[in-house]
Amino acid sequence: MNTRLSTRLSNWFGYASPATFYPLAGKMIPWFWALAAVFGILGLYISFFVAPTDAQQGEGYRIIFIHVPASWMSMFIYLVMAFWAALGLGFNTRLSGMMATSLAPTGALMAFLSLWTGALWGKPMWGTWWVWDARLTSELILFFLYIGFIALQSAIDDPRRADKAGAVLALVGVVNIPIIYFSVKWWNTLHQGASVSLTRSPSMAQTMLLGMLLMALAFWMYAIAVSLTRVRAIILERERHAGWVEELSEVQS
Amino acid sequence: MKPRHKRFALIGGALAVLGIAAALVLNAFQSNLVFFFTPTQIAAGEAPKGKTFRIGGLVKDGSLQRQPDGLTVHFVVTDTAKEFTVAYTGILPDLFREGKGVVAQGKLGENGLFTASEVLAKHDENYMPPEAQHAVDEAHKAAKTVKQ
Repeated sequence: MNTRLSTRLSNWFGYASPATFYPLAGKMIPWFWALAAVFGILGLYISFFVAPTDAQQGEGYRIIFIHVPASWMSMFIYLVMAFWAALGLGFNTRLSGMMATSLAPTGALMAFLSLWTGALWGKPMWGTWWVWDARLTSELILFFLYIGFIALQSAIDDPRRADKAGAVLALVGVVNIPIIYFSVKWWNTLHQGASVSLTRSPSMAQTMLLGMLLMALAFWMYAIAVSLTRVRAIILERERHAGWVEELSEVQS
Repeated sequence: MKPRHKRFALIGGALAVLGIAAALVLNAFQSNLVFFFTPTQIAAGEAPKGKTFRIGGLVKDGSLQRQPDGLTVHFVVTDTAKEFTVAYTGILPDLFREGKGVVAQGKLGENGLFTASEVLAKHDENYMPPEAQHAVDEAHKAAKTVKQ
């Protein structure tokens, strides 16, 4: 049992080698794109043609189908990034740092989308583009954390040192995630509470919820697809002197 | 203890310390992090006096009054325990409704009238089609008549 577990573990560690992960990621990318497209088309169709008008906000509420998935992904990607950062610091694996680096731009994009669509939504519904309430401010801090992570990593030339510095920043920033999530519970804010949470049944009509979940899945699959593409580029860049890279057909041509 | 176990313990420990520090800081700034004060808090004197602050609550049903100048409105903000009358000159947001959430920024006068310079609508987290909303409203009305 113990030896089987350890061989299985070492198999997993096998994928931590950039040389094995590079072709594996290449095989997975088209699948994630396909899933993103399927979920995205279904989600958009349900969001715009099937989901009913909202009683209070009319058609304007439909921005939720972008806003909420983007916000969820901005927080989730940060957690994944911090997970890889911690793994990289602990195991000293090269791939972990590359994974964290590859996730940051997508996370920043999601945080930006969340803030932007939130502003577009806030103006007609609340009557303001922006307020400094706890939810909006902590999400803005998340966006700055992503930008700071990217800036810090690109300011350091040695990739291994850049990974370490970035990992520390990513891990420090992780405290912000529960603050964003619970901000609407801990303090009174202009932003309303969560419509969907693990602890109680969602306070949305079912087709609306379905559209939102499909869009969230589409965003998720998209995030995986682009991050894997990015991590492959990072692997090629950092391992360009390695023999296996020079033997790749796409590098030789 | 292998070096990598040590490193993970260090990371875990650092995160725990950081989390506790963040919790303490946020706890200390608790009163500065609220976006608005409820009428009950204001009545208890928790809101800053003579300074601009925000009041938040529900617009009391039937309390919206347009003043003769046509631009100024008066409405009552309530948290069902205490209430304050708010005066505002300007355009109200689309989602401003009686019985719904509102956040107004302004100053509380000596006479207890809150003069607002900005009024924002605060909507809830419920999304439903108009028919469902209608059914909910009817059910509320029915429940009220049963009580009476």
